[in-house]
Amino acid sequence: MATITQAPPARPPVPTDRRRRVVARPAAWIVWGVVIFFFLNLLGVVASVLVSSFGRRWFDTWLPDGYTTSWYGRAWEEFALLQVIVVTLEVSVLVVGLSLLIGVPAAYVLARRSFPGKRLIFLVFLLPILMPPITYGIPLATVLYKFGLAGNMSGVVLANLVPSVPFVILTMTPFIEQIDPRIESAARMCGAGLRTVFLRVLTPLLVPGILASAILVLVRTVGMFELTFLTAGPDSQTLVVALYYSMSASGIRAQQSVDAMAVIYTSMMLVLLVVALRYVNPTQLVAQVKEDPEH
Amino acid sequence: MSAFSQLRLHGVSRRFGGQDALTDLDLTIEAGEFIALLGPSGCGKSTALNCLAGLLPLTAGSIWQDERRIDTLPPERRGFGMVFQSYALFPHLTVRANIAFGLRMRRLPKEETRRRTEEAVRLVRLEDHVDKLPGQLSGGQQQRVAIARAVVFEPSLVLMDEPLSNLDAKLRLEMRTEIRRLHQSLGLTTVYVTHDQEEALSLADRLVVLRKGRVQQIGSPREMHTRPANWHVADFMGYRNLWRGRVEQLDGSRATVESSGHRLLGEAMGDLQDRAEVVVAVRPEDVRVDGPGETRNAMSATIEVVEYQGRELAAEARTDAGQLLHLRTEQRIAPGDQVKLAIDPGRLLVYPADAERTTEDRSDRLTDSAGAPR
Amino acid sequence: MSGRPLTHWRHRLAERGVDRQLWLLAPALIFVVALFLYPFFYGLTLSFQPTDGGPFSDYARFFSDAYERDTIWITLRIALPAALLNVLAAVPIAYRMRGRFRGKRLVTTLLVVPITLGTVLTAQGLLNFLGPTGWFNRILLSTNLVDEPVRLTHNYWGVFFSLVITGFPFAFLLVLSYLSGIDPTLERAAATLGADWRRRFTRITLPLLMPGLATTFCLTFVLAFSVFPSAVLVGNPAGETRVISLAAYQAAYEQYDYPYASAIAMIMGFVELVIIALVLGARSRFYTGSTGGKG
Ligand SMILES: Nc1ncnc2c1ncn2[C@@H]1O[C@H](COP(=O)(O)OP(=O)(O)OP(=O)(O)O)[C@@H](O)[C@H]1O
Ligand SMILES: [Mg+2]
Repeated sequence: MATITQAPPARPPVPTDRRRRVVARPAAWIVWGVVIFFFLNLLGVVASVLVSSFGRRWFDTWLPDGYTTSWYGRAWEEFALLQVIVVTLEVSVLVVGLSLLIGVPAAYVLARRSFPGKRLIFLVFLLPILMPPITYGIPLATVLYKFGLAGNMSGVVLANLVPSVPFVILTMTPFIEQIDPRIESAARMCGAGLRTVFLRVLTPLLVPGILASAILVLVRTVGMFELTFLTAGPDSQTLVVALYYSMSASGIRAQQSVDAMAVIYTSMMLVLLVVALRYVNPTQLVAQVKEDPEH
Repeated sequence: MSAFSQLRLHGVSRRFGGQDALTDLDLTIEAGEFIALLGPSGCGKSTALNCLAGLLPLTAGSIWQDERRIDTLPPERRGFGMVFQSYALFPHLTVRANIAFGLRMRRLPKEETRRRTEEAVRLVRLEDHVDKLPGQLSGGQQQRVAIARAVVFEPSLVLMDEPLSNLDAKLRLEMRTEIRRLHQSLGLTTVYVTHDQEEALSLADRLVVLRKGRVQQIGSPREMHTRPANWHVADFMGYRNLWRGRVEQLDGSRATVESSGHRLLGEAMGDLQDRAEVVVAVRPEDVRVDGPGETRNAMSATIEVVEYQGRELAAEARTDAGQLLHLRTEQRIAPGDQVKLAIDPGRLLVYPADAERTTEDRSDRLTDSAGAPR
Repeated sequence: MSGRPLTHWRHRLAERGVDRQLWLLAPALIFVVALFLYPFFYGLTLSFQPTDGGPFSDYARFFSDAYERDTIWITLRIALPAALLNVLAAVPIAYRMRGRFRGKRLVTTLLVVPITLGTVLTAQGLLNFLGPTGWFNRILLSTNLVDEPVRLTHNYWGVFFSLVITGFPFAFLLVLSYLSGIDPTLERAAATLGADWRRRFTRITLPLLMPGLATTFCLTFVLAFSVFPSAVLVGNPAGETRVISLAAYQAAYEQYDYPYASAIAMIMGFVELVIIALVLGARSRFYTGSTGGKG
């Protein structure tokens, strides 16, 4: 990897100067040192789970005594993983679909129009993202239990919608703003009604945005622990929640089968991540900041 | 949608949160007419057009198509076509699909859609580009697609919002001719928005000049050119010399005005009182650089700045009394030359100085022209 | 007929920018009212209806019991330093990496991994990696840096590291995107005016970056403040990492005292919003307009 330093700023950038000089300035080395240290530890965290899940026995040594894949089979049966994965997928697909249906029209209005109370409405949509899930999750779960909606899949879906819909609104707004409103006006002047404008003009133009926010919601829903944890019943747990339960009860079960389950969860997330990164840039995974120009 | 014989706008107004963008627009559009909406930036031209199109709800007034009230209809049910400044082509559709869009929306039979699309493509001479996407076309070609898309379904009214302002000077002239040709061959009723007075004068049958959301004058190009209704319109129609003055003497339609050391004779436009404050308006091309023969409105001046503009020169001169003056001439002059200037009294228009002159930019212009030494 | 007043109303509403298109907001509004505002206010009223005592007795109970009251302090003591460290470490690293260089996409992609792993998996990995027989301690022991294993799990540090592992990449990517939103010619302009890199950074880049840093801090803080699974799994949930979300959870799901749980959730939300409001208040004192970049 090239170490970068500042190009001498007074000189205008020369095209051949793209890859900047490699200079061993101490500040640069410190920065890279910190980054590499961080990555090494990260690698250690992930690898120790992975190695352990394949280890036959692993006590107080550098590496396990021998290797086996049997923990996966055990985890699969012990934790009823098939059902858990199916539930996870069902919940995710429902949450993604519903939050797009609810969020995109709202994002459209918020991106395009100004009207009294718009700032207030925007703030209300922002709040679920700004609040820790536990704060609204506990009252929400209480209400859902009151109406008999929690403890099953509908409760999990409803609870996960709370941060997802605002998230769709926030990710979609810049995409909608990018589209010249006169294109819509042109369509209407050609005789297209509002619905046709949405289906034939806006949707095709918004495909990248819709894909991006769908993927982002999917990743967040699969990884969302707190809200699912508070609303799920025994047969509506998603993978993270099942993992949490197996970990907190790890005295009973072999450490390695918990690790195997964690690896299954990780690989699911990584697959999602690889798919996601084809459509969105890494920054978008964490926030709704517009894409930076380099990609 | 069927054609109409008259489109009437009654007191059409649009406010944006307490700010007037368009006030009390009354206008009757006859079938087949070419009307230009003209005015400086921000005067409400686009607002007027969007109200007519239905893209912007009115905040007062009504629009009538013959005996039918249409201002409550959504844009897609008014049956008008529109061309936008930025073309607004559908970026994901080919040229052909863009042009056919309006016909598809009307659910015409496939065969007819195809035929009429081909016709429109030929009309705007884009036969070689039908399968391209808009992003692969030049600005002029994109504008042609936009025009074809707006006229293909034979709308009863075509609205154009500064369709040429994104094009370079040469292309603008070509497209102007093309629009005129289309208008004549299809007999389309057209409302055309522009801030370019020359474009408006050359295209339109009738001009509507707006200022700050209000109609200033409605009339033929000739009326606009020779007899602007007030000094704001004059300013906009190319009367670059606007001086403040005071009426000395009134004689029928003639007024003698004293303006920063000059006695000028000109046409009284509107109600003038003796000793009234007035604004004098003269086009640069009406200032003649003459020999000593001319006596009326004569003044001697020193040339200060000269710009070469093809056959003519545009120049700034300062009269001996200190008045700054714009002129155009074919004579060879150079900075520092002493010249004798004269203005035909029939071309020197005298307007009442209205209360609005206090607006900063205008009054700056006025005091500037009124000879404050720089 | 009713034609005139109807037109009149339509005109009045049109002036304020209200027309039928705003109905597109309706689904999202209904959703946010039903699933966020209503539960929230339900929780708020519930918190004033304790199972016994006056309306404020649950709040009084929380603040009079040191074991409970301290959870606020414990949470802040974990969340504030973690969020601060994440943001502050992200600035120099992002500043150094903001240009183009080979491998940038790889680095940013790798950084997304821990975000998608989520807290539960990170906790499992940390237990393995940082535990007394984990690789980290092994390395320290075998290089003779320490004489006996350092205790890094089941205490404050375990939770802290888990927050850094998930929070730092998040902060880094945000700061990076804010930084690339600042027009680099501004710094070059400052250089032509004679500013060295230190002053270019402190006088130009940093002031323009401050609002972004404040936002980043808020989002990172929200993540850290709602720490729950890692506090249970890698922390010491009965003692030094008994965070406030855990207290709320225990009240609701172990004692089944929903009014008391709601009261704790309200206190938690309040504390969090106060911190956010402070930061955002400070943020509004900086220039927050366009920073001239393409981002
Ligand atoms: N959506 C809006 N909200 C608030 N004010 C607006 C809006 N649209 C237009 N205006 C205001 O209405 C006035 C007229 O605008 P309009 O777009 O009609 O001007 P215009 O004559 O088309 O100008 P230009 O030649 O620059 O296009 C302007 O002062 C503008 O600021
Ligand atoms: Mg306009």
